[in-house]
Amino acid sequence: MAEVMNRLDPKSRAAARGFSDLAIRNLFVVPTVAFLIVFNIFPLIYSLGYSFTDFRASSKEAANFVGLQNYRDLLADPFIWTNFTITAKYVIVSVTGQVLVGFGLALLLNRSFPFKGLVTTLLLLPMMLSMAVVGLFWKLLYDPNFGIINYALGLGNFEWLSDPGIALYAVALTDIWMWSPFVMLLSLAGLSAVPKHLYEAASIDRAGRFYVFFRITLPLVAPILLIAIIFRTMEAFKTFDLAFVMTSQPTTELISIRLYKMAFQEWQTGKSCALAYIVLIMVLTITNIYVKYLNKAKQR
Amino acid sequence: MAEIRLENVQKYFGAVHVIREVSLTVKDREFCVLLGPSGCGKTTTLRAIAGLEEVSEGRILINGKPVQNLHASDRDIAFVFQLYALYPHLTVFENLAFPLRATRIPDAEVRKSVTSVAESIGITHLLKLRPGALSGGDMQRVAIGRALVRRPKALLMDEPIGALDAKLREQMRTELKRLHLENGSTSIYVTHDQVEAMSLADTVVVMHDGVLQQVGSPSDVYLRPANLFVAQFIGSPVMNIADAQLRDEAGKASVLVHGAAFEVPREVLAAVSSRQVKDMALGIRPEGVLISHEETAGARSVSVHLIQPYGPFDIVDLNVGSQTLRARTPSGFASGKGQQVWARLDTTQAHFFDKSSGVSLGLRLG
Repeated sequence: MAEVMNRLDPKSRAAARGFSDLAIRNLFVVPTVAFLIVFNIFPLIYSLGYSFTDFRASSKEAANFVGLQNYRDLLADPFIWTNFTITAKYVIVSVTGQVLVGFGLALLLNRSFPFKGLVTTLLLLPMMLSMAVVGLFWKLLYDPNFGIINYALGLGNFEWLSDPGIALYAVALTDIWMWSPFVMLLSLAGLSAVPKHLYEAASIDRAGRFYVFFRITLPLVAPILLIAIIFRTMEAFKTFDLAFVMTSQPTTELISIRLYKMAFQEWQTGKSCALAYIVLIMVLTITNIYVKYLNKAKQR
Repeated sequence: MAEIRLENVQKYFGAVHVIREVSLTVKDREFCVLLGPSGCGKTTTLRAIAGLEEVSEGRILINGKPVQNLHASDRDIAFVFQLYALYPHLTVFENLAFPLRATRIPDAEVRKSVTSVAESIGITHLLKLRPGALSGGDMQRVAIGRALVRRPKALLMDEPIGALDAKLREQMRTELKRLHLENGSTSIYVTHDQVEAMSLADTVVVMHDGVLQQVGSPSDVYLRPANLFVAQFIGSPVMNIADAQLRDEAGKASVLVHGAAFEVPREVLAAVSSRQVKDMALGIRPEGVLISHEETAGARSVSVHLIQPYGPFDIVDLNVGSQTLRARTPSGFASGKGQQVWARLDTTQAHFFDKSSGVSLGLRLG
């Protein structure tokens, strides 16, 4: 009898194999925590320290503590603010475009039709490609001489990437192409989670299509749409590779490109750490605003 | 206000024939209950009337106007869903206001209508809450309020109180009846609960396998079931049904139930033989099986098999021949298993059916 009880008790069963529940839990958690500390938390804190120094990774001189000097310099630098303005424009255009296209596609796909699975998968493809590869391909597509976009649209030698006024939007368009599927995917999940009987109730209540969309669909999808927007804003804010690969106009110098140059071309390590922290704080602030809206939307 | 007519309505889900040739007229201001076991097509019929389900064949007329091809929103019918279908992100007030706002009724009027409906169903104190904060009963009140607020031609209800607990159901039943009497809108109500059906309905429509079994007043379907299905579906505890043979011996007519003979009036013989039925089934409700401690005329001695106390009465299973018969007795009448009592059939409460078709012979004695 005691033997049977032993076998039935999961604790003693694990103990028989030499592991307690606690040990198994630690086995899974410890490597993750260690990894997180070594590669995330430690560099984060270390770079915070650097941001208060004039450290240059390229020189042998020891770092000198300069207090808030780096931050003061950066925030007073009009060029940095230009970079931020460019980034803001890019984020707004790119995220707005992705939400409109992605949500629109989701609305179209939110019904049953033949080959729905296949169509959805095909639409998701851009998202699965590498940023750098997408950048290089679109550079070819945009090419003023042999690019297919000018050919298809009959735009002649229109300069997408070398025109300083257009380049940023051309990059944003590529980003929209690449990431609309992401918004579409989340929106589709949100749309299919709206209970069917609400639509039935609304049609009984004699609501028109637009009324149903703005009064039922949109409010109910809003939380998940906001999550998509949070993700895309954060990503767009730190966009580097796409813009870096496609063009090198001063008007497309996003804050992350400026950061890259500062850190690895000008070797102003300390200052670039400070800039990275400024960017981090901005992203956190924006995200927090969204999260507040999200919580409000969820309460409903 | 409206009269609703179904003419030969048919509905297939793929190969499954869920509504078969249903024709039905629900008169203006009538409270009609579609009653049947789950899967009998009653909900589908209701949804077809509302326009939530397309019919495969046949016509649906509201006030004489064919509507079977109209969208639900063009039929001016209100619907109460079993699981409420309240808009989760809107307050109770906005839920009630939804049907009005959707048709662009001015704000002042919306406010007035919502307030008066909220008062009549007693949810004024809930108007600022969201559905998630309400109890099941209150949610259903809101759902009913939303249906009533725009004074629809007809009110359709799909098991509206089926998800509530027994006590609340009883309370809501009374309230529904009161609301119907106050508003007087034509109502069609779907339920599988015969008590609900009997207590609410002007007309009960019994459905089974997509076919209308009987349409009649509650007392009609109870006292004169059209066939074996209705006989067994309506009434609790269930009616006794037994194969029965009539006998004519020594000038006395008797019916053989489970091999035991019970005396019946001689007129039964003539009535049954004129109908030329091959096999006959006898149906008798437990209250039609009369038992006593002393021998009475026409009674036979039987033994008690099982006693189920219901409170105000007991249901006693009696060993009759090879099977049992349920009898309804005053509580405490039978003392225990094996007790010998005298039983006879109250032939005025007996129903005779053609066993092969299940159809009632329409034979009533006394």
